[in-house]
Amino acid sequence: MKILVIAELRQGKWNNASFETLAAAQQIAKDTSSTISALVIGKGVDAFAAELAGKNVTEVLQVEHDLLEAYTPDGFCIALKQVIESSKPDLVLFPHTYQVRDFAPKLAASLGKGMIGDCIGYRSESGKLVFVRQMFQGKTAADVTFQGAAPWFASFQSGAFRADLLAAHPAGKAAINKIAVDLRPEQIRTKPLDLFKEAKSAVDLTQAPLIVAIGRGIKAPENIPQAEALAKALGGEIAASRPICDEGWLPMERQIGSSGQTVAPKLYLALGISGAIQHVVGMKGARTIVAINKDANAPIFEIADYGIVADIFEIMPALTEALEKSKSS
Amino acid sequence: MNIIVCIKQVPAKDAPLAIAGNWIKESDIGFEMNEPDSYALEEALRLKEKHGGEVVVLSMGPERVKQTIKEALAKGADRAIHIADDNFAQLDPLGSAKALAATIGKEKADLVLTGLQSDDHGFGQTGVLLAALLDRPHATIIMAIEIAGEKMKLKRELEAGWFQHMECPLPAVLSIQSGINKVRYATLKGIMAAKKKEIATITRESLGISHQPTQKIEKIYVPTKTKKTEFLTGTPKEAASKLVEKLKFEARVI
Repeated sequence: MKILVIAELRQGKWNNASFETLAAAQQIAKDTSSTISALVIGKGVDAFAAELAGKNVTEVLQVEHDLLEAYTPDGFCIALKQVIESSKPDLVLFPHTYQVRDFAPKLAASLGKGMIGDCIGYRSESGKLVFVRQMFQGKTAADVTFQGAAPWFASFQSGAFRADLLAAHPAGKAAINKIAVDLRPEQIRTKPLDLFKEAKSAVDLTQAPLIVAIGRGIKAPENIPQAEALAKALGGEIAASRPICDEGWLPMERQIGSSGQTVAPKLYLALGISGAIQHVVGMKGARTIVAINKDANAPIFEIADYGIVADIFEIMPALTEALEKSKSS
Repeated sequence: MNIIVCIKQVPAKDAPLAIAGNWIKESDIGFEMNEPDSYALEEALRLKEKHGGEVVVLSMGPERVKQTIKEALAKGADRAIHIADDNFAQLDPLGSAKALAATIGKEKADLVLTGLQSDDHGFGQTGVLLAALLDRPHATIIMAIEIAGEKMKLKRELEAGWFQHMECPLPAVLSIQSGINKVRYATLKGIMAAKKKEIATITRESLGISHQPTQKIEKIYVPTKTKKTEFLTGTPKEAASKLVEKLKFEARVI
């Protein structure tokens, strides 16, 4: 089998999820005796191609064009379709980033193919690849297989594979092949403009050693002071899952997850958070995870070190009191 | 500004899920509007209030999805199209998108909106696939839409707290990020008015789409635990003091 990995640059730097996907490709290649082509796309990407060539891959494909300097879904789809048609991979792998979500399904569809997105793992069962992804917000896993002829398209969730296990090239460097693509300005219909961040964060949650995070279980904004009192007793910062910030109950800078902050504190205390994938990717690196949720089946318990199945409104005051008491004793 | 909003009906958030093969047992559980789609609907209604035109709701699935369609009409959508299909849950993303695109192609829509992803399958591909099949420009994870003549200025969310402005010509397809707006509730007046609104039902077979599935969900299951969770029990007070003990002397994080 021939595996093609589409690596991603984000504002002139690697998106590190690219290396996780490359590590996944190395494992799949080992299991299925496949070759790996690693692809970098953009403008002026010589140094990035050279870096990829140092990894254990069969070849590096360098796709450059003036019109690929800034990402556009039209530009990337047209260019990559040409590359796939000429290099004929069987399996095309992507990191499951916001950018990949924006164009990869269209790229696959333009070739009449489908994509299995946001995979957390795979198995090779007597030559057949089975991809594992989550459904129902992480409450279930699903085994998914491709139907029909290659090429097949799949993306891997951030954190599903370990970039630090990526193998270096055994003989120094893989060959770098530059591929020319035919792209005209009128084919690109959307125009990317300025990149920006919202008002500077007053708080840097990535540096907070202790975090108390609230989810939907908090029910109403008037209940937030109870969680804040607990955070204060603990000496930690308050944070939240996306729905709480969407509602405007806490500012966006307090949001943990794929669209917010990624944190790895000493302690992460999740109150009434179900543990949807989008949240978990932002906090699963915490050293100790405590989950308090009234639903014993909530996916957050999958990753918790300590769990209490209970109503958070009963636990929050009790825990605040217990923390105060332990400080004074 | 004529807008089509694609809305999926999904199991209610708190519904207990009983796994049956590669889907769930649908009897005995409640269904609701996919939350990300409710933001797309709200955005469509706001654009209509500002620019005039029509909001059409498009939903696929068995008879039960009419309940969600009625909710959308009660919130202010003008009419609805229901693609009836009892086996909707078995379709792959491309198969669903082909049926939606075939239906959208018969309408005169300036803008097609979808939510970011569904809370059941979570494929997150429908909007992008519709753009491919309808050959329209698209953008995803949209946090603001400003319409100026034949084009839109959009605010797109990127990762790690970054955003980007972009321009996109009309007609187009947009996937809306949750939290873009504050979703309205249906009023009693809206619920009464919805009773007179049209729901056109067509069957998916009648669209005559040729589609070979590109992927198949073999089975679904409760994931195996990667960590051993120690559950602390007792009264709230007991559980709380056990937890403080554990954090202090076992995990040593406080």
